Amino acid sequence: MAEFLQLLIIGLSQGCVYGLIAMGFVMIYKATEMVNFAQGDIMMVGTFVAFTFIVTWGFNFWLGLLAAMAVMAVFGFLVDAIVVRRIIGQPQFSIVILTISLGFIFRAVAGMIWGQAPLSLDTPFVGTSNMGGAVIGHDRLAIMGGTVVVVTLIFLFLRYSRWGIAMQAASQNQLAAFYVGIPVKLVYSGVWGLAAAISCVAGVLLAPITLIGPLNGFLGIKAFAAAVIGGFGSLPGALIGGLIIGIAEPFAAAYLPEVKNIIGYLIMFAVLMLRPEGLFATIYQKKV
Amino acid sequence: MRVLFKTDYNQDIKFAKHSGYVFWYALLLAAVFLAPAVLDTYWVNELTRVLIYALAGLGLMVVTGFTGQVSLGHAAFMAIGAYTHAFLLTQGVPFIFSLPIAALTSGVVGLMIAIPASRMTGLYLTIASLAFAIVVEDVVIHWESVTGGNRGMVVDPPALFGYEIFEAWEYYYVVLVLLIMAIALVLNILRSPLGRSMLAVRDSEVSAQSLGIRVARTKVLAFLLSAMITGLAGGLFAHFIQFLSPETFGILLSIQLLLMIVVGGLGTVHGAIFGAFLIGLLEASISILKDLLPPAIGTQPGLEPGLFGLILVLFIIFEPEGVYGRWVKFRTFLESFPFYRRNTFKRQRSYLKTERMR
Repeated sequence: MAEFLQLLIIGLSQGCVYGLIAMGFVMIYKATEMVNFAQGDIMMVGTFVAFTFIVTWGFNFWLGLLAAMAVMAVFGFLVDAIVVRRIIGQPQFSIVILTISLGFIFRAVAGMIWGQAPLSLDTPFVGTSNMGGAVIGHDRLAIMGGTVVVVTLIFLFLRYSRWGIAMQAASQNQLAAFYVGIPVKLVYSGVWGLAAAISCVAGVLLAPITLIGPLNGFLGIKAFAAAVIGGFGSLPGALIGGLIIGIAEPFAAAYLPEVKNIIGYLIMFAVLMLRPEGLFATIYQKKV
Repeated sequence: MRVLFKTDYNQDIKFAKHSGYVFWYALLLAAVFLAPAVLDTYWVNELTRVLIYALAGLGLMVVTGFTGQVSLGHAAFMAIGAYTHAFLLTQGVPFIFSLPIAALTSGVVGLMIAIPASRMTGLYLTIASLAFAIVVEDVVIHWESVTGGNRGMVVDPPALFGYEIFEAWEYYYVVLVLLIMAIALVLNILRSPLGRSMLAVRDSEVSAQSLGIRVARTKVLAFLLSAMITGLAGGLFAHFIQFLSPETFGILLSIQLLLMIVVGGLGTVHGAIFGAFLIGLLEASISILKDLLPPAIGTQPGLEPGLFGLILVLFIIFEPEGVYGRWVKFRTFLESFPFYRRNTFKRQRSYLKTERMR
């Protein structure tokens, strides 16, 4: 029982990170119909920026996190405003190729600035608690708590704030949104900024567990699997897909070690075969 | 400028539109067949590498350039082709049987990915192929009895009808003949109903479906064909590098293949060939560049993929039709001099909202 609980907590916390990254690009997808294959790498850059603020420049952890989020929001905004916006209206594959190449550039540049050696970022969440025989690190609890906070804030933002409602409108129909006076371009770049800030939080929360390195961006691929499982285009689906993969991984590592690295993708292929539109479908195939 | 009078419907699907095509392509063919006679072994080897890349790129072109589905996992098909071929050779299967079996295996595995993923929009195929590449790499590492795992696997030189091929120029001809056959196959498919459906699916899935094209079936067949050609390239690549290890077929190779077809020119057979030559040049210039740059930057392991990414971004934004597209524009400029208009090649922007319900 204790082992089960232990694995569950590890899985839930890992899954929260996948879910947060997945939410970032589902947001971008919903709003702009572009899939950002660089989301994992943006997370990686965000973690390095937070590292610079907190470790190199000695900021307080919370201040450093906020500063890194602000920097990443600007970064995401500029990526859209300078590069990605030029490609709107081109076929889908241009966007896929563009964003995946951006990811490779970010990885190379991050490697040049911060080096390839793994760095560690200390968070205030140290120590462990004993819960029903399971030993649970506070860093894992922090991930779960942080995810709940971030998800609640996003929900409130999209539901009640002026900008959030503008984002929803632009995502439903960009032309109609433009007609009623919403600055669609600005909103799109804003969505990119918001998604980058969210993945920055995910990266910082994950930092005590996986150390920081330029290859952390590959986590984004697992987040894609999460989004597919949840149903591309559904925010709660992305989070739940992330949790499913996150929980499956430690259990696979414990009971089926041969597939521990690929279990997430196997689940994704199973979902594609049984229910291709995902668990929380919002996109349906267009019937003609 | 040559004006063609169409007197026959079959003219539309002819390989050679006019005598100029016959002349120049015959010249090219003669040049590639005579190349080993004038080049030394080093250059013949380099040329062989380029031809194998061209074959793999041609495979990717079928699915990405002609059908519009980006695959980020084509290195995995090369891996499947290479390992299947090498494994069959160790089991005593002759070269001429083991190579087609390797291509077929790669195709069947491709089907297993494409069938579930094609029921949804193109994006799913991209994500599925990316995930698939990681799964294949993991399988290669763990299935040690067949692949040798991380220790790698030595590939024996090929033997045709009991005659062992050791010389570089002999292998060059094997690769060249197979590449020409693959190009002929792709060109033929392109002028068949399947090829036309692929182009229609690329341009708009919704309108293709309205015209009665079975979109999912077209995508699956394109993926099958593509995986087979790439698997064949993998089998040939196995002999070329003579030693297989899991890192050879990582995500970098997938990106390299993608870079090849984008830089060469998406949506044309020429693009795959041009791209392979350009990537050969690029690799050579990057290795020169590495010596010139300060060591802090030059020795970065991420430098090469980063540069690939940068070139891809620049091409996608400024010349999405690649080098071949640029050449076509230049040729049109010369042919129609002084009447060239830039808008001739202006692409109609199609806004994205059309392919989604809400």
